[in-house]
This record gives sequence, structure tokens and C-alpha cells, in this order.
Amino acid sequence: MSSSTLQKRRSQLTKGRLPGYAVWVVLGAAVVLAAAVSALVGFNVFAWAVLAAVFFVLGATLVTAAAEGSRKAADSLMTYLVYGSFVIALLPLLSVIWTVLERGLPGLSYDFLFTSMNGVTGAVDNASVENGTPVLGGAYHAIVGTLQITFWATLVSVPIGLLAAVYLVEYGKGGALDRAITFFVDVMTGIPSIVAGLFAAALFALVFGPGTRTGFVASVALSVLMIPVVVRSTEEMLRIVPNELREASYALGVRKWRTILKVVVPTAISGIASGVTLAIARVVGETAPILVTAGFASSINLNVFQGWMSTLPTFIYYQILTPTSPTNIDPSTQRAWAAALILIIMVMLLNVVARLIARAFAPRTSR
Amino acid sequence: MSTTTLTRSDPAGRSGDRVFSAAALGAGVLILAVLFGVALFLILQALPVAGADPAEITGGEGFAAYIFPIVVGTVIAAAIALLLATPLGIGVALFISHYAPRRLAMTFGYVVDLLAAIPSVVYGAWGYAVLAPRLATGYGWLAENLGWIPIFAGPASQTGKTILTAGIVLAVMVLPIITSLSREIFLQTPTLHEEAALAMGATRLEMIRMAVLPFARNGIISAAMLGLGRALGETMAVALVLSGGALTASLIQSGNQTIAAEIALNFPEAFGLRLSELIAAGLVLFVITLVVNIIARWIIGRHKEFSGAN
Repeated sequence: MSSSTLQKRRSQLTKGRLPGYAVWVVLGAAVVLAAAVSALVGFNVFAWAVLAAVFFVLGATLVTAAAEGSRKAADSLMTYLVYGSFVIALLPLLSVIWTVLERGLPGLSYDFLFTSMNGVTGAVDNASVENGTPVLGGAYHAIVGTLQITFWATLVSVPIGLLAAVYLVEYGKGGALDRAITFFVDVMTGIPSIVAGLFAAALFALVFGPGTRTGFVASVALSVLMIPVVVRSTEEMLRIVPNELREASYALGVRKWRTILKVVVPTAISGIASGVTLAIARVVGETAPILVTAGFASSINLNVFQGWMSTLPTFIYYQILTPTSPTNIDPSTQRAWAAALILIIMVMLLNVVARLIARAFAPRTSR
Repeated sequence: MSTTTLTRSDPAGRSGDRVFSAAALGAGVLILAVLFGVALFLILQALPVAGADPAEITGGEGFAAYIFPIVVGTVIAAAIALLLATPLGIGVALFISHYAPRRLAMTFGYVVDLLAAIPSVVYGAWGYAVLAPRLATGYGWLAENLGWIPIFAGPASQTGKTILTAGIVLAVMVLPIITSLSREIFLQTPTLHEEAALAMGATRLEMIRMAVLPFARNGIISAAMLGLGRALGETMAVALVLSGGALTASLIQSGNQTIAAEIALNFPEAFGLRLSELIAAGLVLFVITLVVNIIARWIIGRHKEFSGAN
């Protein structure tokens, strides 16, 4: 070995390793082979892509196993699988977003946003299909309902969630009660949304008589889902407020409650605000609790305390499941996808706003 | 310290303290009360079922016979979701924590989190309109070639609205939960362990098997359990995607039903005893998810450092 030339020594170091282009050769071969096989059984792009991926992973692993040994082969197999799983995870996301854009955009118009379904019957839909006129009716009542129900849910859950988090961080001493609250807040995060809806329905049925369905019942149901999220995010933000700030305030003789309100909460406000925004984003798309608590309406209802109400998610659900005109379902499908587009835009906006708040007013800590 | 002004202002300040701490405590206790209230009100409203004549219950054979098939259906759908989403979620989490280029990893993390931001009804609509028709051909092939396995017994559903489709949609929905939790735990693996493994000549796979996975095992289990809790309770995806019916072993025929979808589909028209039945079904679902979540949280709780993961 010591007598070999410089060139030979370099090749010694890379001996037993595949050259960099080997992967691309295998990939090319896999794509061609997959095209051939899928052409045999009837060509379609999806089958072609799947076959190519399978052939590539098998081929690359076998080639590596032959040239570099089984350990390297297992390692590269794992690499392909891990990359593959990310690609597979992206597929539904892209498909959902593409579908909603493709089917939702045609139905999105000024009229859709600002008219309700009041007076839009199966006959109206049939007429618009037969005459080729634009689809009538819109989601105005559902948008209004969504905003109202979410507003009241926020109004109920933010004070409770904030105070509970303040209790856990500032007043809690790690006793049995504190641990119980922390534990059950975590458990509450996992309550199925429909159970939260049933709870609100059952509560109001006992107090106001059976069949009480209003927007406010839905708000209570959403609060049950929202409170744990608010508590958890607020708690985390309060915990990273440095103790020095509290101690400095106490040293000036400020009372504890004023310290919390004037020093601790303002320091953490950006994180709290972004947590609340994310909590709103979570409940704004909830369907199941609304179904069992707010009923369904096709006209505008501005009073959350009386009468049935519609929200965007329930509007989508009913337009798909029970089309306005059973014989011509296209107008209903179009309205459903347009509403889905609005809903997704709302949720994404809330998520972006939450990130912007968190970034713009990043917690002023010494960490 | 004992000037008149200070003494005079003291009671006001003290009462402010007292009111505020009482309000904070009250909010904390209220949360506990709400959780127990959920159980209590559901039990109260479900009580009529206990005293009812078995013949009056839907199906005519009592509540147990009514609830059993939909509990099994719920478990089947959630199991499919978990079987698909757990390996995939671990793979995606590993990709973000150990495989992706450092600079892009954060962005990829956000992208996967977007999956969690899409409302469930949109997933339902997507499964109903896009996924089910595509899968129908595949189901036909499965019934033809693998029909001898009971879970693929034909005739396959022509619309693709089967429990398998519902399970796949559920898998997409629980994927971000499993991914984000596993990812956080993978990132917490002690760097020294990883570097030690690599320095001994381990390949990346061996490093992950020796250093990362043993450290993260509990975290992965609880992530899967939390995903299970979500899959068990998810309503809209199943209500829209599955054309339900009686309990069947075949995953590619229409049939089966889950508790949550059963409630959502029937509650709006229900009254009287039927209403109590559905609320009792909700109670069963509540208890199942509660147990799953408590176990998951208990596993996380044993490793306090994971608790930021939700």
C-alpha cells in the first residue's frame, strides 16, 4: 500500500464506494422501466410515478448492497424511505389546496359573499342550470354566523383561559389542585369536538328546555375546545417571563395583582395574542359542535341568543350532503367549494397573523 | 411604613389582590368543573336510555347491541388511520429533524403544520369529491385479486365511500399531530449521543436506531396515542366520506359507522329517546377518548421535558 502512487492512493480511499452519478443512473433506469411496465397494464401517470419510486428504491438499495455492503444499503434505504414519507405527506396537502382553489374560485364572487341562501330553492338552482345563468345564493349568512359564534366563543374563553394560566403560573404552588388543573387541561385538548357540542347541547337543554339551539350554545361548545389551547399557550408564555422583572416590581412595593397586570402580562402579550389567534383559527373550522348546537339556517340571523344559525363549515357540510336541488347538484357543489375556499383563507390568514404577531413583538426576555 | 396615607390605601390594595387571586383560582376551578360538567350532563341526558325498553332502542335489541357495531367501526377507522400515519409521521419527523438540509428544515416543519390548519370539513369534502372516486378503481382491483382476504372481500364499493377511505382521510388529519410531537422529541436527543455513535463509525440509520429512537420511544408512543384520540373523535371526515351501514369485516365495501359520524348524521333530526341514545353514544366516545388521552398524557408526564409538545 505504501508503494502505490498518488493516483492509486486516492482510488484506495474511495474504493468500494459508488460514484456520485450511480444514483441518477438507477433513477433513470427505474423511470424507464416503470414507464414500460405501466404501459403494459394501461398507462396512467399515478401508477407510473408509484412504480418508478418502488423500482428506484429497490434498485438503488440492491446496487448499494452489491457495491458497498449491507450496512450502507440499509442506510440508503432508510434515507429514501424518509425522503419518500415527506413527499407522501405533501401529496394530500397539495391535493387539498389545489382542489379547493380549482373548484372554489369559479363560485367566488361579490354576490356569493354578500347574499344569503334566503329564498334560494331547488327550483332556483334548476333554473340556473337549465338557462345557464349564474348560480344564485351565497354564504353571507354563514360568514356572519361564523364571525358571531367565534366572537362570542373568544369572549367566553379568553378571560377564563388567561386567568387560569395566571393562576397556574403566578399563584400555583405545585399542589394537588394545580397538578389536577394542568393534567385536565391537557386531557381537555383531546376532547372530541362533537362531545363538546353534545355537552353544550345537553347543558342548555337542561336549563332552557330540550331543543334549545342558538348561536350562543355553539359558542359555549367552541369555548370548551378553545379554553385548553388558550391556557396552554398563555402558560408557556408566562413561564418565560424572567423572574427578575417580578422581583423588581415587588421591590418597588407594587402589589402582586398589579405586578401581574402591569409587568408580567404586558411582557408576554405578543405570545398570548398569537396563542389566542391560533386558538381562534382552530375553532373557526369546527363543524361537528355547530351541527348539534346551532342547527342550520338559510337566512341571516344577527342574534346569537335566539334562533338557528349557520356557519361556513355547516354550510359546506349541508350543501354537499343535502344539495338544495337534488336533481341538479352542481350549484350546491359550487357553493360548497367556494365556501371552503373562504374558510381556508380565513384560517390561513389567522395563522399568518398569529406568526406575524409573535415575530413582530417577540417576547422581551433576557434569554 | 406606618404613615396614615399608606395605611389608608392598604385595604384597597389588599382587596385588589384578594379579588384577583380569587378570580384566577376561580378560572382554574371552572375548567375542572367544565370537564366534570361534560361528564355529568352527558350522563344526565343519557339516563333515559338505561331505563328504556330494549325494543324501543334503535335496532330493537337494547343499547349494547346498538352501540357495539359503531364502537367497533370507530376503532377500525382509527386503527387504519394510526397504522398509516404512525410510520409516515415518524418518517416525516425524522426527515425534518435529521435528514433535511438545516436551513430548510424549519420551513418544511411549517408546511407539515399547515396540514393541521385545514378544517376537518374541508378534508371531508376532499375525501368525498376527490379521494373516494380515485380509490374506487383500486378497490375494484383489490376485490378481484385479493378478495380471498376477508378485509378485501368484494363486491367493492363503486363510489369508494368505504371505511378504508375514511381511515386514509383520518390518517392525513392525524399525521401533523404525530409529526410535530415526534419531531420535538427527536430534536431533544442529546447531541453527544448522536455524535458518539457517528464517531464510532455508525451510519446515519444506525445512529438513529442507537441514539434517537431509544430516547424518543415514549414520546413516539404518546404521539401515536394523541393521534389515536383525535382519530377516534373526528366527525366530519367520516360523516362525509363514509356511506355507513351495518358492521362488515370488509374494508372496501360500504358499511360500518363510527360513533362521531352516527351522532352528527342523526342528531339534527333526533328527539326524545333517540336523542338520549345519541348522547349516550357521545358519552361512550368521551370515555374512550378520555382513557386514551390520559394514558398518553401519563406517558408524556413521566418525561417532563416532553410536556411542551402539543
